[in-house]
Amino acid sequence: MATILQNFFNLEILWAALPYVLKGLAMTLLLCMAVVPLGVVGGLGVALLSTVRTPLVRWPIRMYVDFFRALPPLVLLIFLYYGMPFLGIDLPAFVAVTLGFFLNNSSYYGEIFRAGIESIPRGQTEAARSTGLTVAQALAYVVVPQATRNVVPDLISNTLEVVKLTSIASVVALPEMLFAARQAQSVTYNATPIVMAGVLYVLCLWPLVRLLSRFEHQSIVLH
Amino acid sequence: MMWARFLDTFFNPKVMAQYLPKILEGLLVTLQLAACIVVTGILAGLCLALVRSFRIRPVNLCIILAVDILRALPPLVLIILLYFALPGVGIRLSGFVSTWLSLGLVLTAFAEEIFWAGLLAVPRGQWEASRSTGLTFIQTLQSVVLPQAVRLTIPPLTNRTIAITKGTELGAVVAVGEILYQAQTGLSFSYNPSPLTLGAIAYVVLFVPVVYFGRWVEARFAWKR
Repeated sequence: MATILQNFFNLEILWAALPYVLKGLAMTLLLCMAVVPLGVVGGLGVALLSTVRTPLVRWPIRMYVDFFRALPPLVLLIFLYYGMPFLGIDLPAFVAVTLGFFLNNSSYYGEIFRAGIESIPRGQTEAARSTGLTVAQALAYVVVPQATRNVVPDLISNTLEVVKLTSIASVVALPEMLFAARQAQSVTYNATPIVMAGVLYVLCLWPLVRLLSRFEHQSIVLH
Repeated sequence: MMWARFLDTFFNPKVMAQYLPKILEGLLVTLQLAACIVVTGILAGLCLALVRSFRIRPVNLCIILAVDILRALPPLVLIILLYFALPGVGIRLSGFVSTWLSLGLVLTAFAEEIFWAGLLAVPRGQWEASRSTGLTFIQTLQSVVLPQAVRLTIPPLTNRTIAITKGTELGAVVAVGEILYQAQTGLSFSYNPSPLTLGAIAYVVLFVPVVYFGRWVEARFAWKR
């Protein structure tokens, strides 16, 4: 018991590492503020483009979505960060992470929005158009608001996954929370900083998990 | 000129031919790891959901707490904890076991939630009706409730399983010789990113069918409202 406390919950090391880990948490938050809105907006764009009837637009978008849903995000990130310099394109870690997350997230959010848009009956668009709204207006005022409301649980669930996924940025030395914790661990030879980072993740994300769990029960029970 | 340089950098035939066997070796490890995670995660999740259906309050509170923590914790944090932190208390796990345990636990948590939601979705009246026809609790669970619950849970469970299986790439961080690790090693030995391209192709070839399968399952088991 004493060894466990000594190794995982060492108060002395906790105090020493706290500023580093909190600084990492700030970077994690900053990263989330960049990648979540970009992913949502990109996803909405992808979903709207995938409803275009021309195969010339629809098929490339479909391929884009399937490709980036099949490619694991860390592979993409390592490709961008360690592969691109060979072409003379040196991306700073933050840019590589944001770009990789954008490609990955826009296809995931895109699939969610597409399901939402498909859940709105065609008649609604036709009715909106026949009252004199343009295509863009019909989408912006009639289809997209309802579509979004229908997929709120999926959007939240994906956002939770995105926030958790930002921890892979530690692999390309972006000083977010997990990276800071690992640095502190290698300096102190003690796992307390990593445990602390884990606890901070859980504290930040627990409300979201509770909310989602409620949504999931509702959705399955409603079927 | 630019195009030739691009091909030479990312699709260098010589480097690709040299590292193809390594990537295929990695593919095999990825498949083994994925199989271990899927089987243990789903079985353990189902067991936990069944235990929860006995509604023993202290037991259920523990299950809920563990599931919530596993759903809020990034899998990479868990892998690093098991691999780098446990040796401090004298427990040394290999990279493969750390990754398997971490992702298996995460899948257990998600699967438990999904199975439990499925069990709850079967109306109470069906429990009461089957019990009153003389079926035991176990028989009711086995012949009435589970078949319906499992059907409801297939689409969300499939999608979650696919997502977590893709996490096998995280094993590269703790030196599991799966696809990404082999590709990265190839990159640093050959000083050419073509092995990385091969690795990416291997993942896409592996997961595109899986993504399509998930979409098919969703359409096949969709319940019309």
